[in-house]
Amino acid sequence: MRIFVPRDAAALALGADKLTAAIAAEAARQGVEATIIRNGSRGMFWLEPLVEIETPEGRVGFGPMTLADVPGLFADLPAHPKALGLVEAIPFLARQQRLTFARCGVIDPLSLNDYRAHGGLAGLERARGMTAEAICAEVTKSGLRGRGGAGFPTGVKWETVRKAEAAQKYIVCNADEGDSGTFADRLIMEADPFLLIEGIAIAGRAVGASRGYVYCRSEYPNAIKIFNEALRIATTAGMLEGFALELRVGAGAYVCGEETSLLESLEGKRGMVRAKPPIPALHGLFGQPTVVNNLISLATIPYILAEGAEAYAAFGMGRSRGTMPVQLAGNIKHGGLFEVAFGITLGELVNDIGGGTTTGRPVRAVQAGGPLGAYFAPSQFDTPYDYEAFAACKGLIGHGGLVVFDDTANMAKMARFAMEFCAHESCGKCTPCRIGAVRGAEVLDRMVAGHARPGDLDLVKDLCETMKFGSLCALGGFTPYPVMSAIEHFPEDFGGAPLPLAAE
Amino acid sequence: MAEIWNLQRAQEIIARHKAQEGPMLPILHELQDRFGSIGEEAIRLVAQSLNITRAEVYGVVSFYHDFRQAPAGRHVLKICRAEACQSMGGEDYAAALLHSLGLEWGQTTKDGRLTIEPVYCLGLCACAPNAMLDGQPRARLDATTLQALAGEAV
Repeated sequence: MRIFVPRDAAALALGADKLTAAIAAEAARQGVEATIIRNGSRGMFWLEPLVEIETPEGRVGFGPMTLADVPGLFADLPAHPKALGLVEAIPFLARQQRLTFARCGVIDPLSLNDYRAHGGLAGLERARGMTAEAICAEVTKSGLRGRGGAGFPTGVKWETVRKAEAAQKYIVCNADEGDSGTFADRLIMEADPFLLIEGIAIAGRAVGASRGYVYCRSEYPNAIKIFNEALRIATTAGMLEGFALELRVGAGAYVCGEETSLLESLEGKRGMVRAKPPIPALHGLFGQPTVVNNLISLATIPYILAEGAEAYAAFGMGRSRGTMPVQLAGNIKHGGLFEVAFGITLGELVNDIGGGTTTGRPVRAVQAGGPLGAYFAPSQFDTPYDYEAFAACKGLIGHGGLVVFDDTANMAKMARFAMEFCAHESCGKCTPCRIGAVRGAEVLDRMVAGHARPGDLDLVKDLCETMKFGSLCALGGFTPYPVMSAIEHFPEDFGGAPLPLAAE
Repeated sequence: MAEIWNLQRAQEIIARHKAQEGPMLPILHELQDRFGSIGEEAIRLVAQSLNITRAEVYGVVSFYHDFRQAPAGRHVLKICRAEACQSMGGEDYAAALLHSLGLEWGQTTKDGRLTIEPVYCLGLCACAPNAMLDGQPRARLDATTLQALAGEAV
């Protein structure tokens, strides 16, 4: 009997280790020979801890499991109170287009044999037979754009680094996943870490880099542990062919998710943002040509190389090609990771797939793209999930997070929080961000408390303009998005009249 | 459990990382893991060993939220204050806990048992609200279970 219990951080946070021990003890008590495999998560977090049992028909799931549900796993399975049937038939999973996350939750994350048996390494093997130029061209042709948020074409960046001449080039993987509502990087590191290693190995070949770093945030101790173990296994197995890859741990600075700040941090300095140009592709880590890619961009590479650029580009809409791991979070009934081709609407994601709020109250707002992303109102739910369509709504896709709020949310408070967070995390280089965010929070405090002075709202709007155009990076530059969108779509929370329904 | 400051052990830690590219963060992390904080003697030693000024080391230590210049309580409870946890009522639960302990964010109980700090996202946003006690994550908390979690730290 093969039983799967995730070792994902969310599953652990919900008691997966105790559950594993209880299952082992119950199996021993009943004299059943059971092999327990600690897989990653499928990304259906409302069902975690999700236990799976292998049957001749396929893997059947049970969740969310509690200790009291354990004895039932050794009885009539379909009659188990937490029985979910075949895991792959659960609509949330069946409706996805899992290209990048295909193996997540399926395999043992630390089994290279599992990885290979489920299609792993095919991309790297194909890349080995290609020239560096051909690999870069393949990535460009796939239409892949940076999944960290900026959406810059990955292949173009690679080609720039490839053409640069230097004794040392670097691949830097940005795994500083600080946006609230996102967990895609963490899921890959914990559920399919070899995928990232393969993506980095391909990137190294494509641009002629022999060293690389994965910069992971310190808030992910479980991901750090699993990835380091996977890296040791991959290195021993010769997967990296001499490419020197190392995991570095951040130290709790959100701004280090910005690429130049991240490079400063890797160099051992304060994470102060650098002015661009020069761009990191030419003058990056230690001044050398450097590919800085988001983890998801790198994790998408093996599919593109294995299946071909056309296969990847066949998904999506407009200039947003391929799939996006949308992360449904916050006050949502079915929270989790939903990988899907671009083009699905925001409303489908929140209501049809996410099932609305977990509190059962009406959805009031959805913040898309993390703390620097805009708040969307339900009246905008027909917006297709696409870089350009979101930009047209003065919003951003960012790293793919969607945080849902019900009708109890106070949007002036959320706008205030955006300013407070910016003040807390500002690196201090640009005055509009360093001081503007503090002043913005003060003015919004007055408004939340009902002591707004005449002209305060105009003051906030003016401040947002200054921050937007006077900051070097997205922290100061994008904090106005949540603030301005909250003011625009929820004026009643700022002392104004509610928008007429027809205008919404 | 953190050890008391020991020059030789600190030197060993620095020696182990010194040849790495950009050794500062790995050194500071390990010093803090070992000794519980990065105090004045550690800052002086790192500066001397890496041949940089004390101001540079201090600048790095003070920049990053993770690094502390004075020891925390015996246990550290990090409670997420980011948007996803707010959407599930996390702020109210945290405020109630802080009130019951008579603490503000970042403070330690008088008996040195527990420090409560904010954290901005643990990546468990589909199972909010979340917290992390001594590196162990907990999800789907509410007022009662958050109180109980703080009580687990003895």
